[in-house]
Amino acid sequence: MVGRSGKIRLIEKGMVRNMAAKEAREAVGEYKAGWHDPENATIRFDFGLSEQVVRDISALKNEPDWMTEIRVKAFHHFENRPMPTWGNMSMLEEIDFDSICYYLRSSDATEKDWEDVPENIRDTFDKLGIPEAEQKWLSGVTAQYESEAVYHSIREDLEQQGVIFLDMDSGLKEYPELVKKWFCSVVPFQDNKFSALNTAVWSGGSFIYVPKGVHVEMPVQAYFRINAKNMGQFERTLIIADEGSSIHYVEGCTAPTYSTDSLHSAVVELIALPGAHIRYSTVQNWSANVYNLVTKRGIAHENAKIEWVDGNIGSKLTMKYPAVILKGEGSHAEVISVAYSGKGQHQDAGAKIHHLASNTTSKILSKSISKDGGRGSYRGMVSVSPKAENCKLNVVCDALILDDGSRSDTYPTMEVANPSARCEHEASVSKVSDEQVFYLMSRGHSEEEALAMIVNGFFEPFTRELPMEYAVELNKLMALEMEGSIG
Amino acid sequence: MASDIPVLEIRNLHAGIDDTPILRGIELEIPAGEIHAIMGRNGSGKTTTANIIMGHPDFEVTDGGVQLDGENLLDMEPWERARAGVFLSFQYPQAVPGLQVGNFLRKSVAAIRGEDEAKGAEFRKKLKDSMTELDIDRSFLGRYVNDGFSGGEKKRFEILQLMLLQPKLAILDETDSGLDIDGIRTVAKGINAAVRGTDSGALIITHYSRILEHVQPDRVHVLIKGRIVKSGGPELALELEERGYEWLEEAEKSA
Ligand SMILES: Nc1ncnc2c1ncn2[C@@H]1O[C@H](COP(=O)(O)OP(=O)(O)OP(=O)(O)O)[C@@H](O)[C@H]1O
Ligand SMILES: [Mg+2]
Repeated sequence: MVGRSGKIRLIEKGMVRNMAAKEAREAVGEYKAGWHDPENATIRFDFGLSEQVVRDISALKNEPDWMTEIRVKAFHHFENRPMPTWGNMSMLEEIDFDSICYYLRSSDATEKDWEDVPENIRDTFDKLGIPEAEQKWLSGVTAQYESEAVYHSIREDLEQQGVIFLDMDSGLKEYPELVKKWFCSVVPFQDNKFSALNTAVWSGGSFIYVPKGVHVEMPVQAYFRINAKNMGQFERTLIIADEGSSIHYVEGCTAPTYSTDSLHSAVVELIALPGAHIRYSTVQNWSANVYNLVTKRGIAHENAKIEWVDGNIGSKLTMKYPAVILKGEGSHAEVISVAYSGKGQHQDAGAKIHHLASNTTSKILSKSISKDGGRGSYRGMVSVSPKAENCKLNVVCDALILDDGSRSDTYPTMEVANPSARCEHEASVSKVSDEQVFYLMSRGHSEEEALAMIVNGFFEPFTRELPMEYAVELNKLMALEMEGSIG
Repeated sequence: MASDIPVLEIRNLHAGIDDTPILRGIELEIPAGEIHAIMGRNGSGKTTTANIIMGHPDFEVTDGGVQLDGENLLDMEPWERARAGVFLSFQYPQAVPGLQVGNFLRKSVAAIRGEDEAKGAEFRKKLKDSMTELDIDRSFLGRYVNDGFSGGEKKRFEILQLMLLQPKLAILDETDSGLDIDGIRTVAKGINAAVRGTDSGALIITHYSRILEHVQPDRVHVLIKGRIVKSGGPELALELEERGYEWLEEAEKSA
């Protein structure tokens, strides 16, 4: 379907989970390893996790044995691994892993209704000017809209250049060797509890390979992902940019992503081979019940460049620290992130960069806004290994606090083991001043508009890095967030 | 064409902050087409007067009234006053990092004069001409509002807004301070063009007679401790520059 911005928006959210019960039973029926009761099988997928569930998921997808084994190992690691001791521990403790559906849903849950989407979210859609059909689709009510024509031309375009762009499940089917070579090579399942969980139960996500020297001119959007089954809870994305190639990948959507699933735990792995350039942009706006616990990491080889442009709005708790390992000499990393935390929300975001090679450079810009008692934290880690000569590091984190009950903290860490490194660190916390608001009001802008101007100005260094339509939407969204905030 | 109702009418205005009175019975009337000046010592209440006309939320009006074209201003929010035609050139304009000048100007013109006025070739031409007149470089359109502007640049930018917003009442709070001589001349020219022979009016707050030489105010008022103690023609400005305020304070005490 052609969306507001004239581009296809194919949000495949919940597609696997929305698979009709009949279809599911058929799929499950083909699986030999003892589904005696298809009805119960569906239910078994519904809640809770066990080695059997993990094996079932893998079998249902007809995966090669090595993938099944990784999943199982990851599951055991997940089980034994304690919860992280940073971020927001009390919120993390509230996650009930047994009440989470790890794969299929029973049929009644698939019969979602537009009326079940909370009023405030429907309202936001309206205010963002999103047409009704698209609203239903974005909120996961309607299964799928497709514009085959546009879809195809994009895909053909990429194919002609030899670019592989598939959902991760299809990627594994069609290019098992490539996937096997790189899967878990950047984010091993042992990395943390949630990367282990993702590895055990992953489904959906993108698989992209850009051949040597190929420059993908247009930003590639998750929406275009053909045949994708789900943009779900446990997405797994793998992007490999071969030597001298470049790609800009965009995921997410400024429209509120309403989800009944409370846990979203994705893993994204990027590999930039020598001289390659990967930019990965995200704008996410989760509904306030969601835990968004994501591991994103890239490896940059010689003279390669990796950029994370990461915007986090909404959710109950986000813990996300896009990372880059600067492995090759002369490689460069950039992480630009913004986070907005409103009532009852905690955004624990930041960046991690490891300088392992000489002449590597990195830049972190982190901006957070907290409002209505929301809490924003910057958690950053930058390290320089002893052998890495002449590295340059620049970290800037700014926080803007909109009212007294809101909070902002920074937890910066720098481990510099080579004295030739040049490090810069700047941090600021500011409040919106009454005089600023009055100045803007004196120019005909209401208090809400004035706040939105200040807030959007604060995010501007981030927004200008986004494709135009995302920037416009983000500005509108923040203006909406400022509405009704004046008491 | 000037009408009979004054552009600005202030009656017995008492106001303060946190129970501390600052203004103590201001009386002021600016008829259409006129330019008035307020002079007075530091801390006498000039900026407070301007803030109260514009609707600064920190101040409390305890008595009296303020009307624009016969319409009560005190019940309006600041942005409603701006849309009704009040403009304040700030003594200390605020920076808004990340908000681009071009974008801000377009939005402000749209908010105050209507969407249609803020687009098309006509707006762009007006913008370009005004910037040329004020000697503001085009590159400023891409900069952030007042962010890193020099003192004089901020004042010129205030006047650029004045020219684009075309208010009924322009209040200039020490706009001349920090401007070079050419700047003062340009501002004076702009104010004369905006007010003379129109329905609009202007209130110039200043410490110096120089700008008044160029605008030829109809009246000059002296503010002492929150009250206008003397009003006169342009010659009063020169007298104040020569004699200071002490003689008026003496007179005020004995009154
Ligand atoms: N926000 C405020 N809080 C407390 N006192 C204030 C506030 N604003 C003004 N005042 C006080 O009110 C009095 C008048 O201040 P105002 O700024 O109006 O003076 P002014 O005439 O503009 O002086 P200047 O020539 O220095 O600009 C001063 O004593 C000042 O300290
Ligand atoms: Mg003053």
